[in-house]
Amino acid sequence: MSIFKKIMTAIRGGASEAGEAIIDANATRIFEQEIRDAENHLTKAKRDLTGVMAEQMAAKREIDRLTREITEHEGYVAQALEKGDETLALAIAEKIANLEASLADQQQAHDSFSGSAERLKELVKKSERQVAEHKRQLSMVKTTESVQKATSAITDNFTSSNSKLLSAKDSLERIKAKQQKFDDKMKAGELLESENSDTSLQAQLKAAGIGSQDNSANSVLERLKAKQK
Amino acid sequence: MNIHTIADHLNSLADNSDTGMSFDCQPISGEVDVLQISILEREELPIFVSVTEDQIICISYLWDVDEVKPDCINDMHESMLEMNIPMPLSSFSKIGDKYVVFGALSINSSFADVEHELAVLSNNAIEVIDDMSDFLL
Repeated sequence: MSIFKKIMTAIRGGASEAGEAIIDANATRIFEQEIRDAENHLTKAKRDLTGVMAEQMAAKREIDRLTREITEHEGYVAQALEKGDETLALAIAEKIANLEASLADQQQAHDSFSGSAERLKELVKKSERQVAEHKRQLSMVKTTESVQKATSAITDNFTSSNSKLLSAKDSLERIKAKQQKFDDKMKAGELLESENSDTSLQAQLKAAGIGSQDNSANSVLERLKAKQK
Repeated sequence: MNIHTIADHLNSLADNSDTGMSFDCQPISGEVDVLQISILEREELPIFVSVTEDQIICISYLWDVDEVKPDCINDMHESMLEMNIPMPLSSFSKIGDKYVVFGALSINSSFADVEHELAVLSNNAIEVIDDMSDFLL
């Protein structure tokens, strides 16, 4: 059964309510151990791969060297033949035959190292994908368990603090009311601000002698004087 | 990244958060550490944060199964499924008999990402309750 299916079955079966683990702790530990083993194999495979690739490079160098040497000796044979020294030419040709045998050996070794390197690279890639997949599955199990444990911690906290969980609608009402209050305050603030600016405008008008003026002592006296007449 | 570093960060923001929200953090102890985050003016809908090996999970509880009008439950489920992708950053889920919205972040997220996640989650939760209230008792 896939991990997905296991989790689904466990949740549906009410394992969460009974406080049961989705997959028993022992199985989780085994799974974790499997992942660690796979990771160890992966490290080893990578190390092997480095070794093989080093051998491959050494073989390649040897092939290059032998090829150069063969070409060089072929030149010598030509020179010996030009001089008519058949015996020397034959001796050099023997040397070339030996070199060619070594070259064939090295070529074979090189091919074999290349093959191993390819296989190891493929293996490393495959193992890496497998480890990633196992980790994803383990993460699903652990996350489900973690959320269940977190939920029980939250529920316990609510129960112990005696705080009543409101219904969603009531919560929304309260939040909206607070938001309304906040908005009203903002509006009131803006209103007050604009009123203040009104007053300051009036003050400016007054200073400029525009609009109604305050009753000053002088104007009162003038009024009273006029009455007496 | 653990719930304590998240709490320290959010508390240090005070009134200067980028999101304009003011966070109050309260750790809840249990088998798994959980951080209860209340947002000023929205205390009724706290967000619960827990950190696993590879994820930061932020959950806001929406409503109980028994708050749903019985003959509306299928329509509600369908609406929730349809809303799941359009809703930014958050998804719906059900834990026990409670419907939730949640967001999961990589453990390598920045504090700014976490803060943004919490703000969006809170906005989503409020909007979802408002929009789905026809389905609720």
